[in-house]
Amino acid sequence: MGTTASQLGKELLSEYQELTFLTKQEILLAHKRFSELLTKDEKDLPNTKVSMERILTLPELKSNPFRKRICHVFSTSEQKDGSLTFENFLDLLSAFSDSATLEIKSHYAFRIFDFDDDGTLDRGDLEKLVNCLTGETDDTRLTPEEMRQLIDNILEESDIDRDGTVNLSEFQHVISRSPDFVSSFKIVL
Amino acid sequence: MEVDSVFYTDHSGRITSNPLLDQLPSYQSLLYRRKSSASGSKRRTSSSRSTSGSSGSGKWGVHTFHKNKDKHHNPVEERPIREWAKPMAEKRRDKAQRLEEASKLSSWKQWRQSTQRTLRRLRDEAQEWLSSLKLWRADIHQIEGMFGTGILSYFSFLRFLVMLNLIIFLLMFSFVMLPIIIAPSASGNITFEIDYESNCSKYPSSARRGLVIFHEHITDLLSGGGFLEQTYLFYGFYQVNQIHFPNIKYNLALAYLMTTIAYLFLSLIWIVKRSALGFKRNLVQDEDRFQSFCNKIFAGWDFCITNENAASLKRSSLLYELRTDLEEERIKQKIADRTRKEKCRIYLIRFILNIFVIGVLAGCFYSIYVATIFSQEAQLLNIKVNFIVDLMYEYLPSIVITLANFITPLLFSVIINFEDYSPAFEIRFTLMRCVFMRLTSIGVLLFSLWSQITHCKDETCICGYNHELYSCWETRVGQEMYKLTVFDFIIIVAVTIFVEFPRKLIVRHCDCGLAKWWGQQEFSIPQNVLEIVYGQTICWIGTFYCPMLPAICTIKYFFIFYIKKVSLLKNCRPATRPFRASSSNFFFLAVLLIGLALACLPVSVSVAQINCSQACGPFVGYNTSWEVLPTAVSELPTGVRSVIEALSSEAFAVSFFVVTCLAMFYVIALAGAHKKVINQLREQLVLEGRDKRFLIQKLSQAQRLSPTSQSQHRSSSNGNRNSSRMSPSDRMSPSYHTSFSNNFNEGLFLAHSPPDTSTHV
Repeated sequence: MGTTASQLGKELLSEYQELTFLTKQEILLAHKRFSELLTKDEKDLPNTKVSMERILTLPELKSNPFRKRICHVFSTSEQKDGSLTFENFLDLLSAFSDSATLEIKSHYAFRIFDFDDDGTLDRGDLEKLVNCLTGETDDTRLTPEEMRQLIDNILEESDIDRDGTVNLSEFQHVISRSPDFVSSFKIVL
Repeated sequence: MEVDSVFYTDHSGRITSNPLLDQLPSYQSLLYRRKSSASGSKRRTSSSRSTSGSSGSGKWGVHTFHKNKDKHHNPVEERPIREWAKPMAEKRRDKAQRLEEASKLSSWKQWRQSTQRTLRRLRDEAQEWLSSLKLWRADIHQIEGMFGTGILSYFSFLRFLVMLNLIIFLLMFSFVMLPIIIAPSASGNITFEIDYESNCSKYPSSARRGLVIFHEHITDLLSGGGFLEQTYLFYGFYQVNQIHFPNIKYNLALAYLMTTIAYLFLSLIWIVKRSALGFKRNLVQDEDRFQSFCNKIFAGWDFCITNENAASLKRSSLLYELRTDLEEERIKQKIADRTRKEKCRIYLIRFILNIFVIGVLAGCFYSIYVATIFSQEAQLLNIKVNFIVDLMYEYLPSIVITLANFITPLLFSVIINFEDYSPAFEIRFTLMRCVFMRLTSIGVLLFSLWSQITHCKDETCICGYNHELYSCWETRVGQEMYKLTVFDFIIIVAVTIFVEFPRKLIVRHCDCGLAKWWGQQEFSIPQNVLEIVYGQTICWIGTFYCPMLPAICTIKYFFIFYIKKVSLLKNCRPATRPFRASSSNFFFLAVLLIGLALACLPVSVSVAQINCSQACGPFVGYNTSWEVLPTAVSELPTGVRSVIEALSSEAFAVSFFVVTCLAMFYVIALAGAHKKVINQLREQLVLEGRDKRFLIQKLSQAQRLSPTSQSQHRSSSNGNRNSSRMSPSDRMSPSYHTSFSNNFNEGLFLAHSPPDTSTHV
């Protein structure tokens, strides 16, 4: 299925419309922006993978602290190097689009925040998450005492079965009560 | 957090896995969910649909965990494919499979499915088209990228108000102005019953005669008098009772009243609908804080930010917010630890300061009252000093209100520091005081106007109002509202141009102490929102007296959008204490609702209580404006009339009230019962988790002691639970590659049994 031809076929376009939450305009815009990342010879090959470094030059992802995790989560490459094909890119945009359901967003958010990919958010994951949010330099981190207090609070609020980790169901439960999530978990080209 | 002795950790502290544990249905569900994208054949039961909040262990019982899963399809629940969290290739396969299955169904079901699909597609396209019509999409996208969702909510609120005002204007126009305009061309006969003999109906024309100097036109434009008075702009121009078209009789007075009620009602419904989306969840849950930690951490980052500066600002504001909240926790602890003596002292201080605040408010209200009376007398006695001073007399109430609204927030924010509340409460309380101040000042203005209007020289007024000074009092009130609107707009523009731009220049180019102390302008969302809510309240009150006011407000907000956007981009930096999008929306709509409630009050009082003027307007001949309605009802056919009379009788009202109370009690009881069940389920989950760990501990102890297990040294960690290199083939194979077998002090030796025999139901 050649997706890097300079024009998207009509059939392919309607298939993408059906399988993602994106509108026709958004798919075309995504195709345009993705093609800009390709070199000339890559444009003719079907299903090219764009390396993570090139994807991260997009302005929408450049300043995002979770950019690397996002690429890893949506990548289906065998080498686990975070490279994305065009279809991966569409999946990414679909999950972050306006009309995606809360369930999809929370599922992918969980996977993005799960830094060690073990299926739960434990203290290490949460610490990394907070550090991503506040900045990586020393003077922008929380003190260990503050971090401990913060993570205790988070676990108290979200860990229902008190096992010290947040699994997917608990995460989705707490997200469904979070009023800001839908509006902040959004990327529009 | 309890120390889990079940999980053996290696020297690096990571939890090693237990093959037995891994075979548990609930653990498998976690791994499997993560791998569902790779295997692509499992239909995941959505946790958002399941009412039991557990990790879904119950639902997994019937499923087997072999590598090649049988596809479980429930043809009844046909969720669209795009709602599954899978990569594109998986979704394609699912779709092909669904089509294949669909072809096996009966033709009726096929037809039904295809119609559902087309309907869905049509609906998507309609939504796409509607959203493309939205105003200012590109601007809002730009602001969002640079400043995040908190400030964005202010601008989308502004857009909402533009649309609201436009709709209100269209309503007024089509029901009140349009019939009058098309009456001549549609051969309609306009009737206007006015008793020219009575004293009350003398309406001296205020049009200027003779040579009119240019600046008098400007005065008229700014004050709504002169040539503007006899236009569609004001109530007094509508000298129409009824219009007799060839076939129907159009009761314009009734239409005027009904449109007023309709636009207030429409605003209420639209605001409630808009707010219900946002905070429905929060009212139902027992969250005492709006901004819980989970919300801040998991939904803290605005993924829409594209600007590097904005990203670092967002980071620092998040850090600040987290630190403040953590500190607030500590302060709460400190407050709980206060001694009695300290408490008394604090309460005394608060009491004194509140008295002081009330005194300040009373002083402001009194000055508004005095200014209004002075301004009214100056206009009536037609004192003309010169152009500027005349204009100042006209605008005196607006000037006093604006000054009061400028000084009091500063005062309040100073006072609140002494009252020793927690930081979040401080902000909310100051805001409440400012809201109260802003919105009540309009009420005071109207009250002072009415005291003028209903106060005659003799004891009682002949016409019910002071007809000598205010022959057409609705127009005068409309003019005051018009002046408030215009002045508000002028002030916003003037402050932006003459205060914010110079401030930016000073701070950027001058390095003096003033610049450092003053600092760069912060875009303070609460104050800006109060400004526009104030304007909207005036619009709601004023539309009855000045039917074209919504159009003016639409244009005003339209320009304010661009002014604020430019100011934001050029002058401001985002606030250090950010306003979250969700609480912003709640705050905006709550304040707007308060404004609406406050606007309904004057309108209903003037419609129902105060006698309408007999010299102008569509309600000539009636005692009060409200009287149109009973008169019109009495002209209806008997059947309809008896129904309406029954609806408005006391019996109906009382029984309606009783039924509503019963419904409310039932719902409250239901909510209480639900809460109990939720708490029980939570406790049960915790217990079950503990049970599980206990059992596993016992089991692994037992197996450790059993002789057969010692001999089977399995490289048993399947890369433990924390491995990131699991592929589908590894998941189920008996030999797991190890990362940590060398690091065990105590080896985890278990007889590995094939997955399908051990643990699932």
